[in-house]
Amino acid sequence: MTGASALALVLALLLVSIAAWTVVTRRTFAAVEGFVAYGLLLSIAWVALSAIDVALTEAAIGSGLTGVLLIGAAARLRTTEAALSTERAGALLRWLAAIASAVVAGAIAVGVLSLPDPTPTLAPAVAEHLPSIGLGNAVTAVLLAYRGIDTLLESIVVVFALIGVWSLAPDPLWGGYPGPRQQADPNGILAYLARVLPPIGVIVGLYIFWVGADLPGGKFQGATILAAMWLLPMMAGLADAPPISRTWLRILLVAGPLLFIAIGFAGALTAGAVLAYPDGYAKLLIKVIEAALMPTLTLSLALLMAGAPERTMR
Amino acid sequence: MMSVPTLFGLCAAALVGFGLYGVITNPQPLRKILAFNLIGNGAFLLFGTIARRGAAAGFAGDPVPHGLLITGIVVAFSATALAIALLLRLFQATGSATIAGDQPAKAEADDRDA
Repeated sequence: MTGASALALVLALLLVSIAAWTVVTRRTFAAVEGFVAYGLLLSIAWVALSAIDVALTEAAIGSGLTGVLLIGAAARLRTTEAALSTERAGALLRWLAAIASAVVAGAIAVGVLSLPDPTPTLAPAVAEHLPSIGLGNAVTAVLLAYRGIDTLLESIVVVFALIGVWSLAPDPLWGGYPGPRQQADPNGILAYLARVLPPIGVIVGLYIFWVGADLPGGKFQGATILAAMWLLPMMAGLADAPPISRTWLRILLVAGPLLFIAIGFAGALTAGAVLAYPDGYAKLLIKVIEAALMPTLTLSLALLMAGAPERTMR
Repeated sequence: MMSVPTLFGLCAAALVGFGLYGVITNPQPLRKILAFNLIGNGAFLLFGTIARRGAAAGFAGDPVPHGLLITGIVVAFSATALAIALLLRLFQATGSATIAGDQPAKAEADDRDA
């Protein structure tokens, strides 16, 4: 057994054990903490599968943002836990659920073991067309060129999810500040980190965004880091999210997808197909679209974390 | 010895299994959201396994599934954030976080007070 496959075996066992623990443990907070650790291990699993871009996204969004979101919710719902833990599925339901889950997992496992060899792949097609895009990172080329429609719809989905969250505001609070005002010890470690980390984090985030054209990285990972650098002072009580009725905020939220759509339809005239780029301009247009999507994604991700409006404008 | 992609493929199957069990049996909404994320991770990992097996043309994995995975992770986060916002609103409106039913009357009364 080589070192790499031994590491992979340990990783897979740890992942499955922690996942099982988050499902069966009685304490919600412990389950959520387990989920954060599990997310970081999952990022390492992506590295073991040679998917570095996915590993960055998993660490930033799948584990990082989702983890903070779950911890925040678990903390706010803590008072309800005693009452909720009395609710428990009956033995019959648990047995039936266990059998159903085992059958589904078994069917997937059989599928995994009988995957065709060689596996169908689009890698040669990507390699063939990559020079015409002018990007070094094939994943970024897939996201912005070959599967541009997915990325366009995704950037719209993020904004739609934010509209969904905002629409949960009770009528009197519409247009107000999202989430509760955070309080933290002004001399504590959180406030200290919230002052020290953002200047460094913003540079790192912008670098990850910029380098995404040729190396692992990109706008999603970069925007997540920027969003985190904004959330940190918010959580330390040093800054506040803007009220959701601000015009500049709403313009920035829709600017990215709108520019993407405009360039996409311009492609119908200049390159013969919607979301196609004219020869020689692909890299330039991709960077313009990504730059316009950065504020949209940063604001959407951060405000999704902040939640529905809970305070009025006054 | 099993190859690394196959190993993570089986790991993906187990994640979907545990996630499904958690979604069905755990009565707490927050735990259901968490378990649902496990199912999603399992699906992503399965996709990653297939991408790794599709390594060709100098790439260590098929870049097309990798692109779709990044899209999928961001969409899964958006859906989770919306689900948690719904749950916190339910908690604000009813003072409890159960979805067991029997509480619509109280919910409406509290909503009028809000």
